[in-house]
Amino acid sequence: MINYLDNLVFINLLIAAVVFFSLNVKRLKRNIYLGKKIDRTDQPKERLKNMLLIAFGQSRMVKRPIAGLLHVIVYVGFIVINLEVLEIIIDGIVGTHRVFSFMGRFYQTLIGAFEILALLVLVSVIIFWTRRNIQKIKRFWNPEMKGWPKKDANMILYIEAVLMLLFLTMNAADFEFQLAGGGNVISSYLAPIFAGFGSHNLHMIERTAWWLHIAGILYFLNYLYYSKHLHILLAFPNTYFANLKPYGKFSNLESVTKEVKLMLDPTIDPFAVAPSNENTTSEKFGASDVFDLNRIQLLNAYTCTECGRCTSVCPANITGKKLSPRKIMMDTRDRIEKIGRNMDRNGKFVPDNKTLLNDYITPEEIWACTSCNACVEACPVNIDPLSIIIDLRRYLVMEQSAAPSDLNTMMANIENNGAPWPFNQQDRLNWKDNL
Amino acid sequence: MSDALQVPTLAEMTAAGQKPEVVFWVGCAGSFDDRAKKITKAFVQLLQKAEVSFAVLGTEESCTGDPAKRAGNEFLFQMQAMSNIQILDAYEVKKIVTTCPHCFNTLKNEYPELGGNYEVMHHTEFLKSLLDSGKLSVAGGQFKGKKITFHDPCYLGRANKVYEAPRDLLQKLDAELSEMKRCKSNGLCCGAGGAQMFKEPEKGNKDINIERTEEALETQPDIIATGCPFCNTMMTDGVKHKEKETSVKVYDIAELLAQAGSL
Repeated sequence: MINYLDNLVFINLLIAAVVFFSLNVKRLKRNIYLGKKIDRTDQPKERLKNMLLIAFGQSRMVKRPIAGLLHVIVYVGFIVINLEVLEIIIDGIVGTHRVFSFMGRFYQTLIGAFEILALLVLVSVIIFWTRRNIQKIKRFWNPEMKGWPKKDANMILYIEAVLMLLFLTMNAADFEFQLAGGGNVISSYLAPIFAGFGSHNLHMIERTAWWLHIAGILYFLNYLYYSKHLHILLAFPNTYFANLKPYGKFSNLESVTKEVKLMLDPTIDPFAVAPSNENTTSEKFGASDVFDLNRIQLLNAYTCTECGRCTSVCPANITGKKLSPRKIMMDTRDRIEKIGRNMDRNGKFVPDNKTLLNDYITPEEIWACTSCNACVEACPVNIDPLSIIIDLRRYLVMEQSAAPSDLNTMMANIENNGAPWPFNQQDRLNWKDNL
Repeated sequence: MSDALQVPTLAEMTAAGQKPEVVFWVGCAGSFDDRAKKITKAFVQLLQKAEVSFAVLGTEESCTGDPAKRAGNEFLFQMQAMSNIQILDAYEVKKIVTTCPHCFNTLKNEYPELGGNYEVMHHTEFLKSLLDSGKLSVAGGQFKGKKITFHDPCYLGRANKVYEAPRDLLQKLDAELSEMKRCKSNGLCCGAGGAQMFKEPEKGNKDINIERTEEALETQPDIIATGCPFCNTMMTDGVKHKEKETSVKVYDIAELLAQAGSL
């Protein structure tokens, strides 16, 4: 029985990690479904192409070559080295040691590639850390990055660095693996550190590294939900469901169309009593909270990895205004999470007298937007902060009549004389007379 | 020269039993803003030179609703859109050209869902098609040796991915086209979009048009070219702010083409 203790501990750890992760996936889905339904299933080929190109192929990442290249290395390393996790899991459950090693040279080549990647990832992570903490790259120092977001970003880098070191240590301390002399392209340089350790100690080091490595991976898996790092999973659905229409086309509010059609229909009696059998709860125009946003917008919020490319190209942010598209996404996620925890506690959402608009995102921020779409263009995973800004504006204008007074003047002009300025529509053709 | 400007309205043409090939949507800026009116006239001169059969809506034209929609007033936008669609459809309009990227974007992308389906072109695309088909030719000589930088209007560029048509036109002028650091899909907004044109900016440390003008001036241009009346206003103001208005001129591409044709 005692021989199987390791296997039992491993299986329990694995099950616990998977169960905990599944619970968070369930929570994630529930939270995203707080948003309104939206159909983004058209053009499946185009969508698949986007996902393969942008998420899998990182096409938008490399627009900034340095960060892009480093990211590609970490990304490829992550995907490829995770093949090794399959072996680790089988070894852990069954109690074997390097179960795939029977493949001989192929196995050694594979592990060799993993080791090289591990070193590259380690180097990239160190450069990432330097860029974030030493080199004062502006987009990592905006006000919204203070506190948890900064800790989270560094935490991810630490975990990745530690995992790579553990992987290399595990190989370096594996006496038989080193003796076989294939695939230990990097770890062979570390092995001499353990030269005088004796086989028992060496075995203990190898086992410790092995256990910490897999435990670290399972911890990282469960860290995702609480972190901006969730993008490694959500980038895929997010790019799949992204908007395929021209950026300039803003969504059409169906509810408004219905009312405007009624207003313009000459056959409708304006004094008639509204039919009582209709659904009398009139639809809310625009968004004041995450419930009014759609599910893709909420998915966007969870996908955002706070890289700040959007904010670094935002004309309003560049010129010192409060608006930061990244903060729009972070606030949206914070608000969803707050509501989610409220639901976890109370079984259902108990109103907390807070809303996304005002308590998280201020009108000053959203009125600073020029709707130029630079943020949308810059996002490496097709997040659309602009659509949220416009939905919040819609609420302010149509539900609260709370537009800046200059804009009210502009809108009154359009209503009265069909132009944003106070000119008479009858004078529209005057330009041709006075050359 | 003034009496050469024959601008028929759709109403006049329809009354005479004629149908224009294309409707020129002038837009509010092009109709009322003194600076933008010059763009309107330059474009009309080009249309006439190319003998394009066109008409304007004149007093029947009304705001497309773009600034209302960007400001969040979907009601006002849809009211404007639907009444404009009624008029356009009554005249059985098929094809529209406009000198304003905001009108262009709204008519092209946001009217179809409300029942208004037209072929909509920005004037730079339309002018390019006229040049390509040989209906219009440009004598570039006058701009030889001049340095021109092109400011991408957001609603033409990123919003609709039209980057090449305006540049192709500038190439025809024999001028030296020098790009700003942020151009095409990375172009920086002039600061007018999203209804900002009609309000004071929020508190910050700089105006957006100044930031953009500084970048344009870094290319040492003789001319800053735009394809949008609002960008034109913002860049003109920026150049004035930098006290460079004697050495750097801001022109719409239509104006440059009209000048080149020595009209």
